[in-house]
Amino acid sequence: MKWLSWRRLRALCWKETLQIFRDPSSILIAFFMPLLMLFIFGYGINLDFSRMRIGLRVEDSGAEAVAFAAALTGSPWLEVRSYDSRAALERALVDSQIRGFVVIPQDFSRKIQQQDSTAPIQVVADGSEPNIAQFVKSTVTGVWRTWRQQRAEDRGEKPHREIMLEPRVWFNSSAESRNFIIPGSITVIMTVIGALLSSLVVAREWERGTMEALLASPVTRTELLLCKILPYYGLGMVSLLLCVAVAHWGLKVPFRGTFTALWLVGSLFLLSVLGIGLAISTGMRNQFNAAQAALNAAFLPAVMLSGFIYEISSMPVFLRGVTHVIPARYFVTSMQTIFQVGSAWKLLLPDILLLCSTAVLFIGLTAKLTRRRME
Amino acid sequence: MKSIGRIRALVRKEFQSLLSTKSGRLLLVMPVILQTALFPFAATLEVSNASLAVFNEDRGRASVEMMQRFVASGAFTRVLPVWGPEQMEDAIGTRGALLAVHIPADFSRKLATGESSPVQVILDGRRSNSSQIASGYLQSVLDDYLKDRAEASGRVLPSEVIVRNWFVPNLEYTHFILPSLVAIITTIGALIVTALSVAREREQGTFEQLLVSPLSPEMIMIGKAVPAVAVGFFQATLILFATVFIYGVSFQGNLALLYGGMFFYSLALVGVGLFISSISKTQQQAFLGAFVFMVPAILLSGYTAPVENMPPWLQHLTWINPVRHFVEVVKGVFLKDASLGRVFALVWPLMVISTVTLSFAALMFRRKSA
Repeated sequence: MKWLSWRRLRALCWKETLQIFRDPSSILIAFFMPLLMLFIFGYGINLDFSRMRIGLRVEDSGAEAVAFAAALTGSPWLEVRSYDSRAALERALVDSQIRGFVVIPQDFSRKIQQQDSTAPIQVVADGSEPNIAQFVKSTVTGVWRTWRQQRAEDRGEKPHREIMLEPRVWFNSSAESRNFIIPGSITVIMTVIGALLSSLVVAREWERGTMEALLASPVTRTELLLCKILPYYGLGMVSLLLCVAVAHWGLKVPFRGTFTALWLVGSLFLLSVLGIGLAISTGMRNQFNAAQAALNAAFLPAVMLSGFIYEISSMPVFLRGVTHVIPARYFVTSMQTIFQVGSAWKLLLPDILLLCSTAVLFIGLTAKLTRRRME
Repeated sequence: MKSIGRIRALVRKEFQSLLSTKSGRLLLVMPVILQTALFPFAATLEVSNASLAVFNEDRGRASVEMMQRFVASGAFTRVLPVWGPEQMEDAIGTRGALLAVHIPADFSRKLATGESSPVQVILDGRRSNSSQIASGYLQSVLDDYLKDRAEASGRVLPSEVIVRNWFVPNLEYTHFILPSLVAIITTIGALIVTALSVAREREQGTFEQLLVSPLSPEMIMIGKAVPAVAVGFFQATLILFATVFIYGVSFQGNLALLYGGMFFYSLALVGVGLFISSISKTQQQAFLGAFVFMVPAILLSGYTAPVENMPPWLQHLTWINPVRHFVEVVKGVFLKDASLGRVFALVWPLMVISTVTLSFAALMFRRKSA
């Protein structure tokens, strides 16, 4: 028996394509979901703090205290609310109405004038939100530093001996988090299409008993595998193009790469995740279990361990090891390179080779599982 | 009384279909264990093990002392000495270093004469969030250094800022993640169980049998809701145990308040799940429908990025997101010992959400059975 007949393959692919288009849920996942996700990552996942709400209690009526309070209120990074007691501040912090508060104590103006005493400014931040707490701290100290400098100048004093850090950002000069999050989020979208959608298809055939019918026909293993891969590959690529188009023209993320690089990297990644999805589906034979397994084996790692939000180098050693078998990891870095740097083949090549090997690994695994099932 | 017996029988059947197979049982426990074991380490925005490139043109003692303090801070495990602007560019470009510090030749001299002495810090914009956090670490190390220098020279600073962090004084990231995980993992479990249970019966044709049985649509809904709520409570309790006893995060608040909030949260999830279930024909549709709801709901819950950073219209829109309210409940009760009033302020939106979704689902069920 010939291992591949074009006529049979065409017929099988056609059947699979019809099945995709007749089910509104696959259209939902392939076209609506990408738009929704890009929208969420474009607007909802913003790691750049803009205005933080903090509380303020000025217990001192002296000119210095009033001047510092004015400096705080004037900061574009803070939305300052005044409270009339410490108890009210504390309650507001527990209730998350404010993310931190500043207390200027009673003798602030007196102490700052005296040579031998230091006037304290008390800052309390909400430690249950570590990043927000850091931001509150650095913003309030920043305001204080500028105010102190200004005050020394106004009084004609020599400014303090100071070391000034001058931050400068390279590559993504406005340092907008969306410019690296959106290319990374395309990874998540592609994983959903590749692994989640495909994890259901073979399991469904087993559950409904149509797999037995297929197996009884002269269909070969290669044909069976290809007819499940090709239509979903096509669907995934269309969706990838849609994502890149919306990211570039809709969300204004700069795109510096070429179509060839995008196609190559996208295909290899898509084949890897299709491999994962089909392997799960073939192994589980049950849609409920396959769906759960795909969620945990493909989707969550793509969000958590791919390095697009959470830095891989900050993870402990064993987790860094795990990230090496996750294709999403290589796709995230190459998408970020394609979007922000361009088609720098020298940077892309290692990722391309690794994506090749994950694709071979997972599709090979599916092939192996399929054979076992057929015997 | 008769109806209670019928519901009980249905609930038992639902539990059986959930727990009868080994893979089914495994899938209720394994993901929870895996996620609780991995995510606190993975999902961290903390910066550690980062590398710092240093281009030091200064020969003075002050620059050496400052660098030593940067290294001792613990955020940077590797220091990459570079000797020129090209090497510095290379270190950032190839991702060899997250930050680069450039100390000019006249650094110590300027500092000694009392002029202000600039130090350049280069951030990798492709990893803008991490590099900004790391440069924040540098700034606070520097602040401490300046304060110590002032004290050593016997000068009294006119003013100072004293920062304290409440609830989690050391800002440990795991304390923030684990309570949020309670909310997120419960969401996945409870929602998928409800969304798929009706769809599976419909696909296998047993749903029609249920409808012709003496069970009313409301009783079927209760029968489907009880196992989902139980799965949610079970998984949440598992993570709670791990959080307190394995990760050692101390539980500050009132356990009853937490479980009370969890009850209404599970109801809201069941409502959403049954609603999705009632409009889908197959398991695939139900699962993907649940997924399309779940992912935005989790991402916009304030877990990945704070709700405050969203544009105002989106902040208002997140009111209809049950995950957002429950993440706040768990974090509030767990870390801040939130009061009954505070918990109620977060729970009543959940009550509204569950009432709306449950009545919608009931409507759809009745139409199906009519």
